[in-house]
Amino acid sequence: MVDGPEREKILLVGLNHRTAPVEVRERFALEKRGEHPLARLKAHLPEVEEAYYLSTCNRVEYLLVTPERERTLSGLKDFLARETGLARPHFEPHLYVFEDLEAVRHLFRVACGLDSLVLGEPQILGQVKEAYREAAGRFRSTGPILNRLLHRTFSVAKRVRTETGIGSYAVSVSYAAVELAKKIFGSLRGKVILLVGAGEMAELAAQHLLSAGAARLLVANRTLSRAIELAERYGGEALSLAELSEGLLSADIVISSTGAPGFVITPDLVRPLLRARKHRPLFLMDIAVPRDVDPGLNELENVYVFDIDDLKQVVEENLARRKKEALRAERLIEEEVLKFERWLKELAVYPTIKALREKAEEIRRRELARTLPRLQNLSEEEREALEVMTEAIVQKLLHAPILYLKAGYHRLGREAIGTVRRVFDLDGELEEAFRREDRRLEGAPEWSPWEKERKDSERPR
Amino acid sequence: MEVFFFRLAFLLYLVATVGFFIYFYTLKPEALRGARGVLACGWLLHTGALLAGLKILKAPPVANFHGATSFLAWAVVGAYFLLSWRGPKVYTLGTFLSPLILLLMIAAWKAPEALWPLPPILQSFWFPVHALISLASYAFFLIAAVAAVMYLLQERELKRKHLGGLFRRLPPLESLDRLNEKCLKYGFPLLTLGIVTGALWAEKAWGRFWSWDPKETWSLILWLIYAALLHERLIVGWRGRRAAYMALLGFLVWIVSFWVINLWMPGLHSYGRWS
Repeated sequence: MVDGPEREKILLVGLNHRTAPVEVRERFALEKRGEHPLARLKAHLPEVEEAYYLSTCNRVEYLLVTPERERTLSGLKDFLARETGLARPHFEPHLYVFEDLEAVRHLFRVACGLDSLVLGEPQILGQVKEAYREAAGRFRSTGPILNRLLHRTFSVAKRVRTETGIGSYAVSVSYAAVELAKKIFGSLRGKVILLVGAGEMAELAAQHLLSAGAARLLVANRTLSRAIELAERYGGEALSLAELSEGLLSADIVISSTGAPGFVITPDLVRPLLRARKHRPLFLMDIAVPRDVDPGLNELENVYVFDIDDLKQVVEENLARRKKEALRAERLIEEEVLKFERWLKELAVYPTIKALREKAEEIRRRELARTLPRLQNLSEEEREALEVMTEAIVQKLLHAPILYLKAGYHRLGREAIGTVRRVFDLDGELEEAFRREDRRLEGAPEWSPWEKERKDSERPR
Repeated sequence: MEVFFFRLAFLLYLVATVGFFIYFYTLKPEALRGARGVLACGWLLHTGALLAGLKILKAPPVANFHGATSFLAWAVVGAYFLLSWRGPKVYTLGTFLSPLILLLMIAAWKAPEALWPLPPILQSFWFPVHALISLASYAFFLIAAVAAVMYLLQERELKRKHLGGLFRRLPPLESLDRLNEKCLKYGFPLLTLGIVTGALWAEKAWGRFWSWDPKETWSLILWLIYAALLHERLIVGWRGRRAAYMALLGFLVWIVSFWVINLWMPGLHSYGRWS
């Protein structure tokens, strides 16, 4: 094998929200329907050297390292057909298959949220980390390539987060609400939220504000029982709509979503409260249609009103900004893919460098072992000096070929490895050929008894 | 030596200003750290310039326009670091403040640099106390005015729902309001002390506490404005836009008191004459 060991392929096989409908995606979420796929994968695909499995609500992906691409791919499809209960023609059109650098690029993009439904969403990185923890920790199915690749993925995602603004623009109404509230109040710690009406979207926004640090939730609703139910869920307090002005007195953030036909919160209601509130800022989010909050309130000092259109506009502007940042992120990813490619190539070179060093060291030791007994009266120091000198000679001789391998590989590809392996006869083929030739010339039998004896003695017992 | 240190400090303040603008554009923390580091080095050199003046005069070198303005710039930088350390986090403050520091330095540079001693009648223990305390109070009011401008800009962005680059770069309203209040809480007692020590100094020099000269009158107006603002803030709960406008009004009165009167109006505060 003159070209050195066959290099493994990185194979990424999966489907996501763009390529597959939800009914196929949910069949693929195998870990939710029983055993984790990594637990069984090894038995079905013994040639796979490393494996990782990611499953989120929008995607399922297998990342494999294998020396046999075709066999693994076909085996994986069989495995998926068996495990999901879907016939191959039902899922094959939805699958994407990426190889080597394409797979690396895809993984980087996924971890950075560039392949997500909500561009740049940060949760996916946590899911990728968790999937890696499972693979590396619980199933011990990762090895040098995937370990390196996944760690690289985490640092690429971190780099993209810090060097681009991809994650810093809120792209849902609830998160936009948190972003705006933070720009008004700084920290949300200790802030009181008042829900007027109890719609689902209002509840979601309140949830986000609470998880961002807000202290208390008040709920004012026409139907008091619904207000009580909601308030209890979040450890808050229920009010009737008649008590709205009390609620407005203590609230900092108001989320209004009643089904009322006219304005529920008007300047006449709020103006008298301002002095009693000691002019604390009041942030009103009106997500009702028709609107609940009189837009004239925005004219009052320290009162900020955003209606659903304003909020949607914020979201759209932010999405446009994220798209712009995504372009910068793609550039960074390209840079990182190139870096990983370099590492992969060095990885291919490494066994040859190791073999070269081992061969040289073996020759050095053998020659030293033959020479030293002949040199009598050598002091310990002189022996040591000889060791050091021979080591230095070997190292200096190997310096150039190793440099040639490392640098030459990038230019000459696998040819550099082949040349070095041939020149230094790292695979022992030349030696064997010469030996055969010698034997042929001497008329010796192809398999001499003494050689058989040697081979027997080398056989492991 | 004084001039050499002063010019080096100016140069570093200039570099820091560029750094603060880079931070404002990129929002990269390294840019902010770098700008603050350079500003701190400039401030140390500036301190060296003031100490050199102190050594020559055997009194704080604030008796002429160059010295007073230079000391004011030094106090503004000092107050900036104090507020960055103890006050609310207003990361882009440096971008708005550093051009003003540069302006003060240019004004000091353009003024005659010669250091001259006070006339014997004015030489007293009260002179350095009065001058340094008053100038320090001005430093805080200047930062309060900058915070007020930043507040008004950010508030306008929010009210108009124009949430572009400026909105993103300016800090939260609450932080700006708290910075404004903090400056008032540091600056007002200093101003009060400055006026009281000035009166004591006047009594010692001329035999009367108060002579209603233009500078004194404007200082009193300044004091009344900030007293009213502090009262409204603490008792009524004024904040935000109204407090910002009041801080700006105080700043305008300060401009009259420090620049117009010192430079162009005859009075007892002749130290401020351009030449």
